[in-house]
Formats: sequence, C-alpha cells, structure tokens
Amino acid sequence: MACKKDGVPFGGTLEQEQALKKVIAELKDTKSPLMPIMQQAQEIYGYLPIEVQTMISDEMDIPLEKIYGIATFYSMFALQPKGKYQISVCLGTACYVKGSGTIFSKLEELLGITNGECTPDGRFSLDSCRCVGACGLAPVMMINDEVYGRLVPEDIPGILAKYK
Amino acid sequence: MYRSHVLVCGGTGCTSSGSQQIMETLKLEIEKAGLQDEVSVVQTGCHGLCALGPIMIVYPDASFYSMVKAEDIPEIVQEHLLKGRVVTRLLYNETVTPTGVKALIDTDFYKKQHRIALRNCGIINPEVIDEYIGTGGYEALGKVLTEMTPDDVIQCLLDSGLRGRGGAGFPTGLKWKFAKQNDADQKYVCCNADEGDPGAFMDRSVLEGDPHTVLEAMAIAGYAIGATQGYIYVRAEYPIAVQRLRIAIEQAREYGLLGDDIFGTGFKFDIDIRLGAGAFVCGEETALMTSIESNRGEPRPRPPFPAVKGLFGKPTILNNVETYANIPQIILNGPEWFAAMGTEKSKGTKVFALGGKINNTGLVEIPMGTTLREVIEEIGGGIPGGRKFKAAQTGGPSGGCIPAEHFDIPIDYDNLLSIGSMMGSGGLIVMDETDCMVDIAKFFLEFTVEESCGKCTPCRIGTRRMLEILTKITKGQATMEDLDKLEELCYYIKDNSLCGLGQTAPNPVLSTLRFFRDEYEAHIKEKRCPAGVCKALLSYHINPDKCKGCTLCARNCPNNAIIGSVKNPHIIDTEKCIKCGACMEKCKFGAIYKQ
Repeated sequence: MACKKDGVPFGGTLEQEQALKKVIAELKDTKSPLMPIMQQAQEIYGYLPIEVQTMISDEMDIPLEKIYGIATFYSMFALQPKGKYQISVCLGTACYVKGSGTIFSKLEELLGITNGECTPDGRFSLDSCRCVGACGLAPVMMINDEVYGRLVPEDIPGILAKYK
Repeated sequence: MYRSHVLVCGGTGCTSSGSQQIMETLKLEIEKAGLQDEVSVVQTGCHGLCALGPIMIVYPDASFYSMVKAEDIPEIVQEHLLKGRVVTRLLYNETVTPTGVKALIDTDFYKKQHRIALRNCGIINPEVIDEYIGTGGYEALGKVLTEMTPDDVIQCLLDSGLRGRGGAGFPTGLKWKFAKQNDADQKYVCCNADEGDPGAFMDRSVLEGDPHTVLEAMAIAGYAIGATQGYIYVRAEYPIAVQRLRIAIEQAREYGLLGDDIFGTGFKFDIDIRLGAGAFVCGEETALMTSIESNRGEPRPRPPFPAVKGLFGKPTILNNVETYANIPQIILNGPEWFAAMGTEKSKGTKVFALGGKINNTGLVEIPMGTTLREVIEEIGGGIPGGRKFKAAQTGGPSGGCIPAEHFDIPIDYDNLLSIGSMMGSGGLIVMDETDCMVDIAKFFLEFTVEESCGKCTPCRIGTRRMLEILTKITKGQATMEDLDKLEELCYYIKDNSLCGLGQTAPNPVLSTLRFFRDEYEAHIKEKRCPAGVCKALLSYHINPDKCKGCTLCARNCPNNAIIGSVKNPHIIDTEKCIKCGACMEKCKFGAIYKQ
C-alpha cells in the first residue's frame, strides 16, 4: 500500500539498537524465537524498516528473505512508519452493518489519505481493522489506545480536533 | 470481611465505554465516605450485556446498574453504599418492575441462558487465582491427576459429546484419543485464541474474565495425551486478554498448578503465550502451528493430521478457548450432566456474540437447540427502530445468512449446516430490511480476498474473481451470465482449496444466492438495489408534497445539484447529483428519499 511518508529516512538511535540486541540475546535460545523478536522490534522502533530486519537477520543468522517474508505476511507488521496518532476504524461485520463504512469515508475525506496511509505531516495514519471486540458500541474506531464508540460521521471533525 | 462488593465490568466492551474511569471514581468516593473497609471494589470480566456498558453490580443485593456515568458515582455511593437505598433511576430498566426490583436472572436477557463456559465471567476477579479456586477452580485438575487415568479422561469427554467450539464441531474426545495413541518423545497442547471471525468475541471474554479455566483445561489435556508443554496462540489485538493470561500463568506457577510435580503427583506441564500478528488464516489449525514455529502462517495439507504430526513435527492437539472452558465442569459434574443438555448430536451450550441490528448486543450462552427466534426476539430484545428482521449471519466469513423462514430452527451444528450456514465460532449478526444481501456477500468476499494467504490458486485468484463479479452486480453492470459464472466459481473454490478458509469462502455468496436470489436479480435485471444500499444504483428525489422550499438542501449540496426557488418545491438534478446524501440528512421535513 502506498504511503505518503514513503522514503522517510531511517532514524534509529543507538538506544533502540541496544534494546533490540538485548531482546535478541534474551530470546535467541528459546523455541522458535523469530516472531516474538520481530514483534518486540516493532515495539521498539514503531515499525520494521529493512534496516531493522537486516539487524535481526545478522544477529540471528537467519536469511533476510525469510524475515521479509514474515514481515509482509502478517498485517500487524508495518514496513512504513505510522502516524503519531494511529486511527483504526473497525470494519468488522457488526460495525459494518451499523455504518462504519461511512465513518471511514468521512476520515478519508477529512484527512486526505486512504487505508494504510499517513498524512504528510506524520500526524495521522489511517487503517481499517477487523473487530476490536467492542461490538456493543458499534460503529467503533480507535485512535492509539482510545476507543470511540456509537459514532456518526458528524462526530469525526470534533474528535480529530482533539489531536491537533 | 466486606459487607458489600461492587463488581465493575473490566471487559473490552465496558473498558471502551469508560469503566476504568468509573472504577477510579468509585474508589475515590468510597474513601471519601470512609467506607473503604466495608465495601470492596472488584474488577471482573464480561457480563455479556455489552450494549449497556459500563456495567456495575452491587452485592449482596445484586443491584444491576447499567450505562453508569462517572457523575452518577457520588450518588450511588452516598445513597446505596452508605444509606442502603438503591438508586432505582440508574438501574438496568429491565430489572425495575412496579412491584420492586427484579433479579437479573429473571430478565429476558438472562433467563434463557445457561452459563457453563462463561460461568465465572463477571463473577470473579480474573487477576486473583484465589477467586477462581474459591469457585471450584483447579478441582477438576486435582481429580484428574489423583483419581483418573488418561483413558478415563478421554472416555469422559467422549461420553459427554463435547464438540469443538471453534466452528467445525469435531468431537473433542476423539481428537485427544488420536493424539494419545501416537507415541512420541514430546507432544504439545495448543489453545486457539486467534479469534479472527469479525463480530465474535466470546473467546476474548473467557480469557479476560476467567483465564485460569483455560490453563486448567490445558493441563488436563496434557495429562490425557501425555504432553508437558502447552502454547496459547492469542491475537495481539486483545491486550487485556494477553495481560490477564500472563498474570494467570505466573500465579498458577507460584501455586504449583503449572510447572514440575503438579499436586505432588510428578505430573509436569507448563504453558507459553504466542502472539498472533493479524492474519485470519492463522485460526486454521495447521496455519496456526506454522505461525507458532515463526513462519508465514500458511496451512499445510492434511494428512498428516496434527494428532500425528503437528507443532514442531510432534503429535499435537489444538482446541478453542470456549471448548477448554467447558472441560473442567464436565470433569467435575460428569459426562451425563453435560450430555443431558442440548440436542441429539450437539451437547451442552454455545456462546453467541449478538451484534448488528439488535437491541441487546452482547454475549449470551444458550443450550444447544434454542431457536433463532428465542435468541433474537427474547434474549436479544428484538430489532431496534421497529424495523423488520431480514437475516441472521452466523459463522462469519465462512458462514451464511439465515432468512426469516428458518426463524424457528433449533440452533445446533447440523441444523445450521443443513441450511447452508455454520456454527462457526459463534458470531451472530442480525440484519434488517435496510441491509442489502449482495452488499453483505461482497463485504465478506473483500475480507477473504484480503485474508487469503495466497498459497493455493483457487482461493487466491478465485475469490478475487468472485469479488469482481459481485462488484459488477452492485454497480448494475452485471448480466445473468455473470451470476451463473459466480455460482460455478463458488463450487470450484469449495472443491479445490487446501484449507478451511478457501473451502468455506464462497458460503456467504452461496447462502445469499439460495435465500435472496431475487435481490441479486433485481440488481442485474432492474438495476435496482431493493434495500437502498448500493450507491451506484440509487438516485435521490424530492417529494414535492413534503418539500416546503426552505432551500436548506440546496445550500448544503456540494455540487449545486438541487434547483428551486424559496417556498417552492425543489428538484434534484440526477445528472449532477453525486449521491452523497447530505441533503437527506439536512432536510427537516423528510421530503428527500432515495430509490
């Protein structure tokens, strides 16, 4: 998926690299450690750019293509940086029949980006997700860890304004 | 000792509607009133009635407060907790009757339910192992290890008739029997908590509300098949569940209920958590195991079945969370107790997640054989806005839509299959007359296209072709030949896919074609969407009798498609109209309609 922040140079710090090496050292000898390590790497860096994948590959002696294969298979691994505020709109069945599609379109319209993209200023990224399990509050969206439920499109501008 | 316990729901639904804040305010107010030594605040798992969250129950009288707001807390503390006067105004209105307060168990939502898998959800604090033990927890494990042989355990499950609650309904005892028969130096017990079916959240509720029951059942499974290691594969999208599982595993290890020499019997068993990473296909058993092995989660051909060659090439059993949650109770109460509930071939209960166009959205556990009508009209409280029921969707992207004509069918595995749907993990989404069945089928196909792992061609390419045809239909560009092609593709994909995802992907289309073919034909022949959903087939019009000529619509039209002068009926230029619906939202007289 295209990202309007494509080509952002990798800005990993020494602390992040040390944290990653520590995780690898801790987990390396456990049973099938690669995915847990990649999950923690994503927590450390916020995403998994090729530079981070290369580091894991070097440290663990696993071919880069295997790591890249996993990173691109699972939707939770991001190869592009996310926005400061990550918006995910639930497009699960319960939310869909209650109109989450119109919530998503409203966000696309207001932010000028679509699924998987990030605004050029790095503030918002927009994703669709499948069921956060708050079906009683449908339709639902999340901004970082905050859940907004029982939404109508008119609510959206006010909610976004809170994150300016 | 506390004289009163206040239970606040800490499930995902209620947390999302602010129960954490309620709990903090409550603790603060209780301290202000000097009641901290008399009243205890307990965070529990899900009560099921998510639509009314945040939920709070005050014991010993079991007053059920719903949709609690932080600003109501001082009143509840002052009136109820201090002075003993229930704040009737804030109670769940179903429990309030002219003659007094009705017990929760007598309300429509709860009275037909029978909670086995959910027995502790909303009752105990999931983060305290003593509360689980206090309700009989780990007794079944003790009984198994000290009084039963592995064969006894398996026989008990076979006799109970328990079938897998993840969707396919394979007999659990049989699965265990196969895994036991295969000798190996190492075997594994896995728990499928990768609840990917959108709209189903029972596994999450069990993990959040009663995590120890899963650990206990997995240890029982380990003893029965001869495994010493378990893995729980849980969705990373469920942070609260993951956190509570971690706490539960730590506590069980501390108490010697996991680890070496459990109950002093020499039995050894431990459990690790593996997080999913957002791939629906990993709910399929072989794909899940491939994923635990840190690979792309692609399914493997069967045979060999996991009972022969599963995780890391060793004999493995995989059961779903809800299946495990039933097991300790079956061991304690005996297989006859369990087999007495349900229908001939489906025993016990099933948890359903009610969602969509239904008043009481939430989680319900009902005996197998309850009819759809009872679930939707009585327990679910019917459809909001007085609209008409159209279909209930079960089984998620692998299931189908059940129309009103099958409203009285008793729900069990075989009955649902016979009408082209399936039990699935238990999502039950209700749709009313404003939902377009072609659009719903298209929605599910979009899901499968995105989630197909790509390993085998019929699923990877076939589902995409299906989606293209469905898109054509919703745009009014399809012909009747397309419909035939669509149907042919369905059978081809079902017959030729490797795993359950592909084999069931056409079900949403096949079932809507079976029961709602007229809607497909209306889209194709008449270029009309009967439910008024498919945008390309709609046009907006103004009813001249209702229009007062207030000009509000014309001023809000982004494309200047509405013409007319003040105090005279307006007209929409359908050529210019972009069908955004802004005019319809703004009109105060209901004069604008779409068809």
